[in-house]
Formats: sequence, structure tokens, C-alpha cells
Amino acid sequence: MKTIVGSEQNAEAIEKAAIEGRSLWDDALARLFRNKAAVGSMIVLGLLVLIAVVGPYLWPHSHETIYRERVWLAPTFENLHIFGTDAQGRDLFARTLIGLRVSLMVGVVASLVSLVIGVFWGATAGFIGGRVDQVMMRIVDVLYSLPFIFFVIILMVVFGRNIILIFVAIGAVEWLTMARIVRGQTISIKNMEFVEAAEAAGVSRLAIIRRHIIPNVLGPVIVYVTLTIPVVILAESFLSFLGLGVQEPLTSLGRLIAYGAQDMQIATWTLFVPAGTMMLTLFCFNFIGDGVRDAIDPKDR
Amino acid sequence: MFGYIARRILIAIPTILVIITVAFFMMRAAPGGPFDLERPMPEEVRQNILEHFGFDRPLHEQYFAYLGDLVQADLGPSLRFRDKTVSDIIAEGFPVSATIGGLSILLALMVGSLMGAIAALRQNKLTDFAVMGFAMGGITIPPFVMGPILALIFGIGLGWLPVGGLDPRYGMTPERLVLPVITLALPQIAIVSRLMRASMIEVLRSNYIRTARAKGLSAPAVLFRHALRAAVLPLVSYIGPASAALVTGSIVIEQVFQLPGIGRQFVMAALQRDYTVVMGVVILYASLIILLNLLADLVYAALNPRVKFE
Repeated sequence: MKTIVGSEQNAEAIEKAAIEGRSLWDDALARLFRNKAAVGSMIVLGLLVLIAVVGPYLWPHSHETIYRERVWLAPTFENLHIFGTDAQGRDLFARTLIGLRVSLMVGVVASLVSLVIGVFWGATAGFIGGRVDQVMMRIVDVLYSLPFIFFVIILMVVFGRNIILIFVAIGAVEWLTMARIVRGQTISIKNMEFVEAAEAAGVSRLAIIRRHIIPNVLGPVIVYVTLTIPVVILAESFLSFLGLGVQEPLTSLGRLIAYGAQDMQIATWTLFVPAGTMMLTLFCFNFIGDGVRDAIDPKDR
Repeated sequence: MFGYIARRILIAIPTILVIITVAFFMMRAAPGGPFDLERPMPEEVRQNILEHFGFDRPLHEQYFAYLGDLVQADLGPSLRFRDKTVSDIIAEGFPVSATIGGLSILLALMVGSLMGAIAALRQNKLTDFAVMGFAMGGITIPPFVMGPILALIFGIGLGWLPVGGLDPRYGMTPERLVLPVITLALPQIAIVSRLMRASMIEVLRSNYIRTARAKGLSAPAVLFRHALRAAVLPLVSYIGPASAALVTGSIVIEQVFQLPGIGRQFVMAALQRDYTVVMGVVILYASLIILLNLLADLVYAALNPRVKFE
């Protein structure tokens, strides 16, 4: 808390507070940074992102290069195959980097797709209300009872294995919960006294949306997005595991795990390296997601 | 209540119709067809086959013909297995998938709720952290990683359990089910224990529990008679989504452990454009999910006196 010295500064402070409002977000950030698991995960995840982005340019081996004489090499420092090589003699570290990059990209992009569709759908339904709301939410209910994964599989079969399509397909599947959350939140805020007060004070509709609705919906949305990323990464890996994901020579962690599972009796590292990378990534995302949830919505802790 | 059930089933009909329609036209939009073999067949033979299955007719006619068959509970013949109908394929594969899925959800509900309840009673103690750490692991480690690793340890390393598939000659012997069921159940155990812990903590803090304690009820009586009944409610509403998750999960499990279940049939059928099998499996699972959701809602209402059927 600042000590207020003069009346001029006082007025200034009041004005500032009126514009910025109570800094709930600062509180949330402070809570997040007090969470050791979340901070540690952010550091590890930052490193993972860094090596996934720049690693492939710096690493001496390419993920496509096939060394015919070095098939199933156990991890060794000789020739820098620190994670060994796979069944075709490709460097597993290079492949894991590419796989990690693809998985992270799918996670972020598909989550954004689900975010955009979900927020748009939920906010529209919640804000307009009435019959429009009913129809829109019935559609969500119907889609909820679909066995999505079947549709994603059919989609992949129909349109071929295309990475853009994976983004869209997974994103299009994951937006439903987001739409429900946003709708519920919009409706409950729309009926709050402070919105009523703002309306009574003659604040325009647009200003109400910007000043009151959006900031209050943002919290649950951020929480849900951070928790969606690992789910999406899992979904992509699941498709890749079935051989329906990205195509060679591009790879993803799920594809690498599938190969590893085939070869695990001969070369355990082909399973453990991508599986370990994937678990580390998912642990980070889950810890960060939990941390963000506890920070924004500190109910249980 | 019967009115409520009837209404839910009535709502389910258009839902299933939407599913059938979308799946039907999506499948037909796929390039290639069920009769594209490596060795091209003479054009005449091809025409005959197409005619036999009615594929020479316009798409919308085929669609209505398919719906007509469905109404008579006829899912049609498989296009790849010439001597089998879709019902045959489902009858072969579904028991396998259902056994694994059903056992997994039972295991998940029992172990998960027990673990979650214990964690809630020992909140912020070592037991709690251990359970929550385990749960985090269960959520994070996907079945397609867990499956091979468990198979590696218990099948190949220790040699305790058979690894490879369910041989139709031996059937589903218990030891062949252990690894698939555990692998499929682990993520669900994790989710259930988290749900149970959160709801148990909330219930234990509520006023009526304090009242029950205050009037001198013993701790077990409070726990079993009052707390548990309210605490399991979120679990009941989780059964619907869980059933969908199990369907997805069982596709992976069947792939990892080479089980002749329906999930594997589905992926194969989709890749081979076996239209009728794809449609049959989609319809089966959609109906199952809708049914389980309805069941979950009914159980929820039975346990929660605040819910009334309008």
C-alpha cells in the first residue's frame, strides 16, 4: 500500500484506481509466482520451447538424415547420438526435437482455435439470450454426445493427414466446454448489480461489454485454455499413435512413441526418450494450468 | 419420471439422426472406396459389385435406403469381409471392448473414490500429497505410453503376464485382461480421485456435516451416512464424459495390446472405407454414450433430493 502524502496525489490516486480498478490480476500473478510447482514448470517449459524452436537448427544431425550403418544405436556420445538412433538409423534427439515442436505447435494453435470458437459462441449465446441462446446451446448439447474421436478419425481419413487440418479438427472438437463456460459466466455477470448500476448510470452497451463483461469472463477462459493445451497435445499424439497424425518425414511425439512401442524389446530408448519428453511437457502444462486456476480462482487452497 | 425418460429418449432420436447423417456423408466424401484393391478388377465385375451394394445409385437415395434398413435394425453387410454382416463384426468385437471398458470404469470408481476420500480426510498431509501426485501422473501419462511400459515391465521383464493379444482360442482369460484394464483405468482413477477429493473437502466443510458432528454422531456415521452420499454426486455426473473417454481410450488399448475389440475394427474400417462398419460402430457408440448420460442423470437425481424432474 502506498502512503498518500498530499491531497493532490490523493485525487490522482483515486482517479488512477478508478481507471485501473482493483488490481485483481496483480494479485493473481503474485499468487501464481508463489506457486513453486508452477514457477518451476514455467522454467522447464520455457527451456523445452527454446530447444524445440532453435534446437533443430543447431543440432548437427537432421531428423531426416538416415545413417544406414547406425541402426538402433544405444545412446552414446560418439557422433553425438545422445539419445541413440531409431530403426532406420535416424538421430533420435533430432527427431524428438521436431516431434516436440510439432506437439507444442498443435497444442497452442488448436487451443487457440477452440478458444476463438468457444468464446464467440458462448458469449453470443449468453449475451443475446432467449431463443437464440436455447438453439445455440442445444447444438452444443448435441455435439457433446457425439463420439468426437470417431469424427476426427473420419476427418483425417477423408481429407488426408494434413497438419493444418489437425489444428482445426482438434480445435473444433475442444471448443464445446469453452462455449459452456463463457455462456454461463456471461449470463451470471450480465445479471449482476454492478452491470445494472452501469446501465442505470447510462453507460453504453459496448462499454459495459468492454469494461465489465470481458474482464470478468477472462479469468475462467484463461484457466480453461491453459488446461486445454495438454489435452490437445494428448489428442494429437493419440491420432499420431494410430498413424493418423502428421506424415513422415515430419513427426510428432505420439508417432515416435508408437515406433518406440513397436521396437521396445530391441531398443528401449526409442520408447523412453519420446515418452519421457512428452510426460515432462504435459507435467509442466498441467502444473502451470493448476497454478493458474488456483491463482485466479483461489477457492480450495 | 417416466415422462422425463421418454422425453430424453425422444430428444436422443434427432441427435442420433444428426450423427448418422454427418458420418454418412463424411465417409462418402472420402477419396477411394471399399473396392479399390491393389490389383484392379475388371470394370464389369466392379460395376456388378457396385450395383449389388447399390453404390451406383445417387447418394441421397443410398442415404434414405440406409435409413430404411436401420429402422428395421439392419446395419447391412460388411464391405470388406464378404461373409460377415456389420452386426456379426460388432457381436465379435463389442464384448471385448465392453468387458475392458466396464471393468476399467468399475476399478476407476472404486479405487479413485477411495483414494480421493482418503486424501480429503488427510488434507495437506503426506497421504494427500502422495495421492495427488499419483493423480497428476495418471492424468499426464497417456495410455499409449503407460501400456507399452507396463507390458515391458510385467510382460517382458518379469514375465508375470501375457503381453500379446487376446487369442480367440483362449478367449478372455483374466490374466490377459489385467494389463489392458489397468492401463485404461489409470487416467480415470486419477480424474475420479481428484473429483472425489475436491467434493469431499467441500462437503466436509458444509453446515450439515458440522450439525451431524455436533449432535454427537460417530465419525464413521457422519462419513458414511452423510458425507459420502453428497460427495459422490460429482462422480456420478462424470460417468457420462467418462464413458466417452473410455471409448477413445479403448481404441488405443486395443491397438497396444492387440485386442480384437471394436475400436480397432473401427480404425481399420475407416482406413479401408468399409462404410457400413464405420457407420455401425459410430451409431453403437453414440447410442451408448447417450444412454449412459441418461443413466448418470437418473442416478444423480436419485441421490440428490434437490433435483426434480420437470
